[in-house]
Amino acid sequence: MTTSQSQAPAVAPVAAARGIVPFEGFARYAPHLADPVTKRRRKLAASLEEAVRRSGLESGMTISFHHAFREGDKTINTVVDLLAGLGLRNLTLASSSLLSCNAPLIEHIRSGVISRIYTSGMRGKLADALSHGLMDEPVQIHSHGGRVHLMDSGELKVDVAFLGASAADEFGNANGTGGRSRCGSLGYAMVDADRANYVIVLAEDLVAFPCAPASIRQDQVDCVVKVDQIGDPSKISVGAARITSNPRELLIARYAADVLEHAGYFKDGFSIQTGSGASATAVTRFMEDRMRKAGIRAAFALGGITGSIVDLHKKGLIDKIIDTQSFDADAAESLRSNPGHIEISTNLYANPTSKAAYVDQMDMVILSALEIDLDFNVNVITGSDGVMRGASGGHSDVAAGANLSVVVAPLIRSRIPTVCEKVTTVVTPGECVGVLVTDHGIAVNPRRPDVAGKLKAAGLPLLSIEELHARAVAITGTPAPIAFTDRVVGLVRFRDGSLIDVIRQVAG
Amino acid sequence: MTKKLRRSMLFLPGANAAMLSTAFVFRPDSIMFDLEDAVSLREKDTARLLVFHTLRLPMYSDIEKVVRINPLSTPFGQADLEAAVRGGADVIRLPKTDCAEDVHELEAAVEAIERSCGRSVGSTQLMAAIESASGVVNAVAIAKASPRLIGIALAGFDYVMDMQTERGDGTELFYARCAVLHAARAAGIDAFDVVYGNVNDDEGFLKEVDLIKRLGFNGKSLINPRQIELLHRAYAPTEEDVDHAHRVIAAAEDAERRGLGVIALNGKMIDAPVIAHAERVLQRAAASGVSV
Repeated sequence: MTTSQSQAPAVAPVAAARGIVPFEGFARYAPHLADPVTKRRRKLAASLEEAVRRSGLESGMTISFHHAFREGDKTINTVVDLLAGLGLRNLTLASSSLLSCNAPLIEHIRSGVISRIYTSGMRGKLADALSHGLMDEPVQIHSHGGRVHLMDSGELKVDVAFLGASAADEFGNANGTGGRSRCGSLGYAMVDADRANYVIVLAEDLVAFPCAPASIRQDQVDCVVKVDQIGDPSKISVGAARITSNPRELLIARYAADVLEHAGYFKDGFSIQTGSGASATAVTRFMEDRMRKAGIRAAFALGGITGSIVDLHKKGLIDKIIDTQSFDADAAESLRSNPGHIEISTNLYANPTSKAAYVDQMDMVILSALEIDLDFNVNVITGSDGVMRGASGGHSDVAAGANLSVVVAPLIRSRIPTVCEKVTTVVTPGECVGVLVTDHGIAVNPRRPDVAGKLKAAGLPLLSIEELHARAVAITGTPAPIAFTDRVVGLVRFRDGSLIDVIRQVAG
Repeated sequence: MTKKLRRSMLFLPGANAAMLSTAFVFRPDSIMFDLEDAVSLREKDTARLLVFHTLRLPMYSDIEKVVRINPLSTPFGQADLEAAVRGGADVIRLPKTDCAEDVHELEAAVEAIERSCGRSVGSTQLMAAIESASGVVNAVAIAKASPRLIGIALAGFDYVMDMQTERGDGTELFYARCAVLHAARAAGIDAFDVVYGNVNDDEGFLKEVDLIKRLGFNGKSLINPRQIELLHRAYAPTEEDVDHAHRVIAAAEDAERRGLGVIALNGKMIDAPVIAHAERVLQRAAASGVSV
């Protein structure tokens, strides 16, 4: 192309003397602009394979994913299958979490395609295999906020991020609220889009430019590829997030609502996160009456968002919904249509070293537990058989940030006490836990005499955690200890990156 | 002494160890361990043993324990009764009670066991479930058959079968409900209504509760713990009721202090039944967490 180079003789010596590049035409450093077709479509790859090739992904590198589709995810398995076929080996898999649907990864770990894993949690056959020593390197288990911290600290460097989005345009503006398979918030993916060296958006629906709102922005995205399906939204609420009709879970939820009402933070403008466990979700249902009776509203609800939170928002009882993960279709639809429902990245949500995390503003949070011990340490990752079957999630993040953390759990699960002398694995330290609510009564952490006094004054059935433990053991007997080998299969990282516990291989 | 409050009687299948071990957390007014219809034939022995041990759990010490035994005419009845009385059941519930003689037979059997195991004679209370047309017709005689009886209950399923009809909007139970209730009141004991089977229909349940509460039943047999809270809330007096009850009691106390024979509140005469009703209201209020 001929461009006006008439000034060249005058510019050249000055440019050379000052070390400035001389002008060489408008498309010299943006060559795609020279062609009206490539100008707009240069980021589109014809296939996932082409996208991978363009990314320069090599064996030994780190790939990342989000898990917003939970058990309905179709991206992780599809991509890793492809990478295996392309002959890549020794990859580090950094998915924000893994679930039962990721069982096909077992073969790729066995064959050496994946040799390291960073994740918030895992379930099902994959978790079982990893607990039994499938991988040489221990799995790194982080919280949602901790994942971002690991990236920012330089430990977890993502080379290529594969980010599924239900809708995206040709430049890579993408979200989870347009298109067919909507997962809602892309809170996890937003972090990877910001930090990965190369970002590929896997779009189920390619929509007209500009795709708005853009949870992932065109200035973060290197490549866009259309795929058949990124996930099945109907399976998002399978797994952890479900509504219960179980009388025991409802009883726990009612006690938890009593605690929230009387612990001292139930004031106009309070904030709350109710999590995804069965009892936790049910608590939301019991909050409505109490809020109406007291004539108060919440300033915001945070976290994994469910339809029951959306319902309270619609009724005017919660001003803003701050959503880093949508737990069901109602939440996803609300994020799409409701200006008071705001999508945030997990950096904003919970990274302890971000400039400010939402969890720091939290008044009260309801959290689940697989085990809780006499010092109120909580395990949400290993089951009573020592096998990994859960997720760190936002547990330690919100527990650390909130004014009051309320852990809800049945005292006994299928003959095994939930309250134990020492948890199998510490995920959240007892110093971050305020109250334990079980179906047999409520125990306040001795570190919180202020809360104990208020709950006692309200006439709630308080017991010490030692009494709850004694009762559990009186009913079930003392379970035989789990047999572990010395080999470490999991490293539990606290949200600040420190190592809080290790998980050993289950014997036998 | 205040009369025992019995709004909710939760049925627990005797063979379900998981439920027996922790069901006390739901805090019904009474728990009924069932050895009869909710237990299959091949689990009768298991259930009996489980219930025997459950009765002795310290966690159940502050809750009224009722055991429904198999009829004494079956091969299981006597063994059930032995386990229940020796285990420390507060109340034995006799199913399919057709006449006063059924109660007399049970009473004699209970007394014999009490004597043989060293339990004080008369400490085991009884209740009778009326499940047939004969039972309804004989309700008054049944209710008055023993000083050990704390109440009679209507059992709807067998009754409607006997009447050659089926459960519907409640019309089919109307006579039986009234007959059982009148018999109980004439004998000065409690009356319990039938179970509501559709545990997912809260609205239907509450409609039935409203009806039986207005009729005057003390409470209802329940088959799902979720129904306890609903029932207790429906039976909770309103704050106006509580307020009025307080004023009745205060007026009565004032009259007593001043030695007045006739008590009046806002120009209306208050007599003993009104005072008794006010006391019941305050008891229900306290049990329901309504501020008193």
